[in-house]
Amino acid sequence: MRKRRLRAKHAFTAWAVVVYGFLFLPILVMAVFAFNKPSPAALAGFHGSSVCAIPPAQIGNITVWNGFTSCWFSAGLHDPTYIPAIVTSLQIAAVAAVISTVLGLCAALALARMKPRLRAPFDALVYLTLVVPEIVIAVASLIFFVQARNYIHGFPGLGKVTILIGQVVFNASVSMLIIRARFVGMGDVLEEASFDLGSGPVGTFRQVTLPRLMPAIVSAALLSFTFSFDDYVLPAFTNGTTNTWPIVLYSAVRFGLTPAVNALATIMLAVTLTAVIVTAVMLRRSRTRTGSGDAALAVQVLP
Amino acid sequence: MSGLSPVSDGAYDVELRAVTKRFGHLKAVDAVSLKVRKGEFLSLLGPSGCGKTTSLRLVAGFEQPDEGEILIGGTDAVGTPPYRRDVNTVFQQYALFPHMSVLDNVSYGLKQRKVGKSERYARAREALELVRMTGREAQKPTTLSGGQQQRIALARALVMRPRVLLLDEPLGALDLKLRKEMQIELKRIQEQVGITFIYVTHDQGEALSMSDRVAVMANGVIEQIDEPRVIYDRPLTPFVADFIGDMNFLTGEVVEAADGGFAIDAGAGIVVRGRGQAAKGTRMRVGIRPERMVAVAGPPAGTANSAGAEVVTKMYLGDQIQIVAELPGIGSIVVREQRASADPALDSIHPGDRIALSWDESSPLLLGETAPASTAGQQEEQS
Repeated sequence: MRKRRLRAKHAFTAWAVVVYGFLFLPILVMAVFAFNKPSPAALAGFHGSSVCAIPPAQIGNITVWNGFTSCWFSAGLHDPTYIPAIVTSLQIAAVAAVISTVLGLCAALALARMKPRLRAPFDALVYLTLVVPEIVIAVASLIFFVQARNYIHGFPGLGKVTILIGQVVFNASVSMLIIRARFVGMGDVLEEASFDLGSGPVGTFRQVTLPRLMPAIVSAALLSFTFSFDDYVLPAFTNGTTNTWPIVLYSAVRFGLTPAVNALATIMLAVTLTAVIVTAVMLRRSRTRTGSGDAALAVQVLP
Repeated sequence: MSGLSPVSDGAYDVELRAVTKRFGHLKAVDAVSLKVRKGEFLSLLGPSGCGKTTSLRLVAGFEQPDEGEILIGGTDAVGTPPYRRDVNTVFQQYALFPHMSVLDNVSYGLKQRKVGKSERYARAREALELVRMTGREAQKPTTLSGGQQQRIALARALVMRPRVLLLDEPLGALDLKLRKEMQIELKRIQEQVGITFIYVTHDQGEALSMSDRVAVMANGVIEQIDEPRVIYDRPLTPFVADFIGDMNFLTGEVVEAADGGFAIDAGAGIVVRGRGQAAKGTRMRVGIRPERMVAVAGPPAGTANSAGAEVVTKMYLGDQIQIVAELPGIGSIVVREQRASADPALDSIHPGDRIALSWDESSPLLLGETAPASTAGQQEEQS
């Protein structure tokens, strides 16, 4: 009996290893291939100062290992299009995360305490933004933005702002659902207790409601940031002349990707992982037990 | 508003005047009037849905009455939000703030009153001492047991020194042993601090053992309010008689009424004689407590206040013996006797055997007139 249970335990451990391997090996491969040399055949006709200066069209097959080099990091960081695109994407994602979370929080607080009949149309709108294919929203947004610029004085042209507006529509809905789920689950007994102890509506919101919602708010902000950062479809329609990181990557595919892309992705991964670890350590130190599940969820969704 | 405030004579901390609260079509609280004396331990006792918790929430300010007045400390409190009322609540599910330490939880109310940090921590520590929870100040409430959390919740409310402390089934989530301990503890604390307690419970044992007065509620109205002893010994309505302790009901026409005594023909040859005012010719209901009956093996004496019955079940409850017996043509009846004083022959009776029941004249309680037609329905509702 005991032996059987032991064997089952080993089997589960093995299964877990396989699943995690499946999930994380590609990322590891990506990081390893950031250090890959161009193939010897391609290098035969190339005489530059650095092997990484080779034009993408000539690079040949980079999915086989040809040897170690670290020059792709330098090449990626000095590429004239990559870094500005990443900066643009980070800017849009950061602003989208803040605006979406604030809007989501407001909507969650308002809708959770609303009568079901009044709430229904708002709920329908929220779910509509989630179920309508993004390509439809993208086309609709493009038409809307172009028309809006024709008729509304001062409406921004296609660019960062229009990308942002389009993404906020989707992200605010997601944020609202995340925050509302926690808000409804919290119940109102703690708020009643706070009222009972002499704290008014503002004080109660600041001292009880907001801290209790924090894990959900952080989750919503992280998710919004991620969705916005790696979104391709909507920016592809509404970007005008602005290039985001996903747009640059997709167009690079046409001319041939170099390991410089891997190098930049590896840098971003390293930054993200460091941030997650620092956050986790800080959370543990402040012993915020409640809602750590939400934070963990958000962490998993990060690229 | 203050100019129009109804005045009270000051002897009462809380006064409800014909307060009604509706939820949709349901009257949760139906024209309830209640005066709670200063320093009193008053229990609101009743089954779930009787309006006791709603009454408490009306006093706390979480609900506003549709009709009537609520006076706290002699001034009208209707319309005053909970955070401006001089009352504090101990919630059934503790409602401690999980993101704050025990000390921050207890000093939360003082912080809202802008009491300085050192003073509010000192007072919070005092309150924790009062509920015997020192040494846990830095812990989060979720790391404590249910009983400990309830003590923290109590300290958090007591530190405010409210005029009235409202307790909403505070021991409901605790196990029996802990509940008994906390009952004694609550009573001790109440006597020590001298604050008026309004205590909501569905546990009659709790209400009867701790309270100065008990208000028994049913269907949004107070059926009876009195000292625990009177509630048990002299229930005024069939509901109270049935809800508090166990009760055997007999119904019949008053055949004799004189000198503060009565006789009722309960049918099947049973005549109930008791004390109290009853008009001859009316149909009255009487109740007899199971422990006020005596059972002996054998046939009945055939006199008043005795009856023959057939044993249905016999049960030993440790120091007591309980017999459920069938009165032919009337229904089942419960008898409970101390085994030390019970008829030894009861040990050898079995279901189907005949026994004789008797009671003395002080046992039957008059529980009001019954219209013959409505008896059946009412009986059903209570069971």
